[in-house]
Amino acid sequence: MAELNILEAIRAGMDEEMARDDAVMILGEDVGKKGGVFGATEGLWAKYGDRRVLDTPLTEGMIAGAAMGAAVYGLRPIAEMQFADFVYPAFNQIVSEISRIHYRSNGTFTVPMVIRMPYGGGVHGALYHSQSNEVYFTSTVGLKVVAPGTPADAKGLLKAAIRDPDPVMFFEHKKTYRLFKAEVPDGDTVVPIGRASVARPGKHLSIFCYGFMRICALEAAETLAREDGVEAEVVDLRTLRPLDLDTVLGSVAKTGKALVVHEANRFGGFGAEVAAEISERAFESLDGPVTRLAGPDVPGVPYHHTLENWYMIGPTRIVDAARQLAAY
Amino acid sequence: MTQADTRPRHTELGLSDDDVLGMYRAMLLARAVDERMWLMQRAGKIAFIISGQGHEGAQVGCSWAMRPGVDWMAPYYRSIAAAMTFGMSAEDIITAHLAKSDDVSSGGRQMPGHYGGARYNIVSLSSPVGTQVLHAVGIAMGAWVRGDDVVAMTQFGEGTSNQGEIHEAMNFAGVHRLPVIFVCENNGYAISVPLDRQVAGGSVAARAAGYGMPGVVVDGGDVLGCYAAAREAHERARRGEGPSLIEARVVRLTSHSSDDDQRRYREAAEVEALKERDPIPKFAIELRSAGVLTDEREEAIRAEVKAEVNEASKRAEARPEPTADDAHERVYAEPIPGGGTAVPHAALTEAEGH
Repeated sequence: MAELNILEAIRAGMDEEMARDDAVMILGEDVGKKGGVFGATEGLWAKYGDRRVLDTPLTEGMIAGAAMGAAVYGLRPIAEMQFADFVYPAFNQIVSEISRIHYRSNGTFTVPMVIRMPYGGGVHGALYHSQSNEVYFTSTVGLKVVAPGTPADAKGLLKAAIRDPDPVMFFEHKKTYRLFKAEVPDGDTVVPIGRASVARPGKHLSIFCYGFMRICALEAAETLAREDGVEAEVVDLRTLRPLDLDTVLGSVAKTGKALVVHEANRFGGFGAEVAAEISERAFESLDGPVTRLAGPDVPGVPYHHTLENWYMIGPTRIVDAARQLAAY
Repeated sequence: MTQADTRPRHTELGLSDDDVLGMYRAMLLARAVDERMWLMQRAGKIAFIISGQGHEGAQVGCSWAMRPGVDWMAPYYRSIAAAMTFGMSAEDIITAHLAKSDDVSSGGRQMPGHYGGARYNIVSLSSPVGTQVLHAVGIAMGAWVRGDDVVAMTQFGEGTSNQGEIHEAMNFAGVHRLPVIFVCENNGYAISVPLDRQVAGGSVAARAAGYGMPGVVVDGGDVLGCYAAAREAHERARRGEGPSLIEARVVRLTSHSSDDDQRRYREAAEVEALKERDPIPKFAIELRSAGVLTDEREEAIRAEVKAEVNEASKRAEARPEPTADDAHERVYAEPIPGGGTAVPHAALTEAEGH
């Protein structure tokens, strides 16, 4: 077991997969000599050369489209978007092409590729370096969407994503990159896509979360246990699409109360889908309203620290929301 | 005059008599399939047609320089003759247009004109224009990363040449000298909007200079000229010297599609004059003057083509229709078990006893 932070775990995952399979390549802006603006690809350019770790022009559409071409050709590209906020020029390629070619070709083409994107706020990144835009992709059939919250999951899920025959959107919360270290199993440990994990068992209510919200929810759960005697079960969804409904519904069956937490804004957010599934399928188990705690409906995370703090969801707000639900 | 000068042009280009007759036949076959599908559209068997008529010279000429089964193609919606030169049969094309269940392009999922076939190295085409150009560049990048001797070709219209993705693709290919050939089939109209309202400066080929690659204009009615340009581009790509842009000036003999009527925006005389630039009779004249094509040969080829189209249509029409059960299959490469996103509604409601 090694103690790694999420950034190191992601790097280790890519390194191992590149060593294992020479079809794996990385392309993106500044991923080469510089090693990426966050350092995710540091050292890989020197190790694998400037074709397999390829600096591209500043053209997100090209990064996604060329990655798809390479995947059609038989490679397993890992495309890095420098920030999730900058993915929109690639939206046409992702939505019209990457997500659809398997279906539209009656299964004869596959695109085994990963698009890695740093997302999320809390880093003074303002409107265009803080977005949590996962819902555009979770609502696109043909894509898989992953958002890990621990170093072990980041590495194991990235390895799974690289090996997956389908295109995977890999959301990395940038605030978590160096936030903490945790044990990561040595060797070739893959975390399967499509499986949630129970980060903390509990019996009074379920908190569903992913990414940075996992550590916030765990801290909130500690507070709730200590101060209120409420045992919250924290379920880290890890994969948003396909959603692990078995684990979600199993948790609700146990606790009877569901709080869905995400940083992205509330209206039409991913939490709406989770809440709807719970309402439709676990109605008989429910002992309170399925509740969402999500980012406010403003166009982005504002810059000034007071404004940013107003936007961000953290343990305190999760505790408040959970208390209300627990008291219902 | 030296002996070399008296040799026919195709011989100079290293093409045999059989090669050029094969090219001529490919053009006739593509035209005949295209015309047959218009009839099927008028008969209500096909909902929509988008034609390649007038583009066959450029398409057969350029794709003849490629190696089917080795090289790759990312075509566009007029690429009927290019796709057929690359391996798709008349039956494949008609089957796809009839949206039969065993259509190699899409199993009945895509509209007519959306060429593709994994078995032929032809990338499945979508409808937003220009996206395919990046796929060709990505294939070329993949070959370059692996060190494979593979060239990608992609086709698009002059209207599409204005998409940002074309700039992104050409710039990236130029930066890394990727083995890709960009073929712009310039027919002068983006649906109804003429070239002078679409392309500043009037030349797509001229843009190549900005990407550090050669850009040439060829007459799309000159099949051998198209072949020569594509062969040179292919050789350059294989030598590691990077991409090329070929702008073939072609004619669009039909309206944009079966849902369009070009008489609304083109003068009758202009449309009438297009026929004089039809690449098929032009190539026939060239082959006759080279002594390759005779009345007898012409008759035999036309009879073959007619029989092939009749037979292909008959077989295509007899193929099975897709069933609704099939529509939820092959969403993901590996089916996602319950709780996923690919579970058909019917199966869910059944399982829940609704």
